[in-house]
Amino acid sequence: MKRKSRVGLSVLAIVISLVWIFPVYWMLNSAFLPTTVLERFTPTFLPFGGSWRNFTSAMDDGTFFRALGMSVAITLIVVFFCILFAFLAALAISRFKFRGRKTFIIAVLLIQMLPAEALFLAQYKMMSSLGLLNSVVGVSIIYVAAVVPFTIWMLRGFVAGVPADLEEAAMVDGLSRFQAFMKITFPLLAPGLVASGVYAFLQAWNEFTVALILLPAEDAQTLPLWLRGFVQASATRATDWGEVMAASTLVAVPVIVFFLIVQGRMTSGLVSGAVKG
Amino acid sequence: MSSPVTSPKRQAQSEESIKAAAHASKAKRRARRAPYWLIAASIGILLVGTGYPTAWQLVTSTQSYGLAQQFGAAAEFIGLQNYIELLSDTEFWQVVGRSLVFCFVVAGLTLALGLAFALLMNAVNKAVRLILQISMLLAWAMPIVASMTVWTWLFDTRRGVVNYLLDKIPGVDMYRFDWFASPWTFFLMAGIIVTWMSVPFVAFSIFAGLTQVSDEVLEASALDGASNGQRLRLIILPMIKPVIAIVMLLQVIWDLRVFAQIKILQDAGASGSKFDLLGTYIYKVGTGSNDFASAAAASVIVLILTISISWWYVRKLMKEED
Repeated sequence: MKRKSRVGLSVLAIVISLVWIFPVYWMLNSAFLPTTVLERFTPTFLPFGGSWRNFTSAMDDGTFFRALGMSVAITLIVVFFCILFAFLAALAISRFKFRGRKTFIIAVLLIQMLPAEALFLAQYKMMSSLGLLNSVVGVSIIYVAAVVPFTIWMLRGFVAGVPADLEEAAMVDGLSRFQAFMKITFPLLAPGLVASGVYAFLQAWNEFTVALILLPAEDAQTLPLWLRGFVQASATRATDWGEVMAASTLVAVPVIVFFLIVQGRMTSGLVSGAVKG
Repeated sequence: MSSPVTSPKRQAQSEESIKAAAHASKAKRRARRAPYWLIAASIGILLVGTGYPTAWQLVTSTQSYGLAQQFGAAAEFIGLQNYIELLSDTEFWQVVGRSLVFCFVVAGLTLALGLAFALLMNAVNKAVRLILQISMLLAWAMPIVASMTVWTWLFDTRRGVVNYLLDKIPGVDMYRFDWFASPWTFFLMAGIIVTWMSVPFVAFSIFAGLTQVSDEVLEASALDGASNGQRLRLIILPMIKPVIAIVMLLQVIWDLRVFAQIKILQDAGASGSKFDLLGTYIYKVGTGSNDFASAAAASVIVLILTISISWWYVRKLMKEED
């Protein structure tokens, strides 16, 4: 009886997995098939007879690599500064009692609720008056500000999870405060830092709205904007879905690979931040 | 030390202790200032990246701001005029209503599915769980523009797989069905897509919460004769309540301001104000008609909506911080 319900649940779980993965599979499948096959009435469910042709033609004009460079630059800047700023702030709020601490925490929480979509006009005005439209710096400033609150929130749980006593014990044993921190606390924080880094990476790499507003020039496009432009250009001459799916794959693959590598740490990080918060 | 005579040694000691005390108070002062140094960078970037734009938004929403101001004319202060105009506009109310309904339906569905999937992950064996987790992760990791592109292809009128498969069901005629034609099917499609994207985060968060529920408690309750349903309702759910609360809050906030998904779907073949939610409405007012002031006022209203929805949670947290 019990085993039967187990089997039933397993079957259900596998059906759900297939449903959830289908769009991703369909993207890959279509990316390898020629347009003539995709135009048939009956869909082709396996990419037999497929080729890399769609990929090569999607990368043809070099705009892909320009967008890739832009995305990589912005993402690196955002990840670095987010981790640094959030780490320092998390240290402050979980290791020190100070006036304004509560206000700071509430402010961080409230800022997370600010709809970025409601701020983009102001951000546009600000960056255009600073001459930072279409620049890596302008977008990065907005991204860091958008991502830092959540990373502070996440890291705070981790820092609080490492008891200060541990550090003090190490100091009694003759380590300096800095050494104690580097040898005891830092390694224990590593999963939290990785999790926040991944979070920042995903936000910066995938972001669409702010990039749409702050990077209007074609040669300043990030990958999501490049993909959108690619789709629109294709739509003007009856969408070539094979090529469009190859382009989507090119944008998605780095994220998927990266995500799968760090997935365990990512989810545990997200949650311990939330639960202990 | 017990000698009543003041020895030079003791003198030196006390001098040293004064020095030490001074040193300690200096260190203390430094320690007092340390947290402010630590949060300075974050505060700085937040002031530039969000503080200034928010303030600008608030100021602009009380001004008359149009094309003339774009070319340098000074904006005029008109108080709450923009808000009054917005709030007496039936189209705006329709957009607000549509956004709220969309947000609560999608967030509710996402939460229900996420919870169910998390419980499922907990119930099945390791291999099946891994399959489920990998498929959820892939959906989660997909860049939003990439997944929207795939979904527009899936819902394509002529060659979309969705129409093809639905048409296979006996008695259902979905041949060349146009999902983008009516707001109902448009938002049904958008709801499916947004749910698909959001469920993994909820499922993983709740699953991680579930792993923290101790086995001993569950075994004890089983010994006491609790049924599965009772265990879920009386033990598991109360224990993972904090996780559920935060993911619910985040989900509601995210779904209320959903923009990229709707914008990309609109680009793919639907226009007109009947297809707008708050995000795209503000975008259209702000960029299309260049009416920054009305757009700013609408943004402030979204902000107020968001804060009032999440107020109970923020208050609870404030109490905990005391």
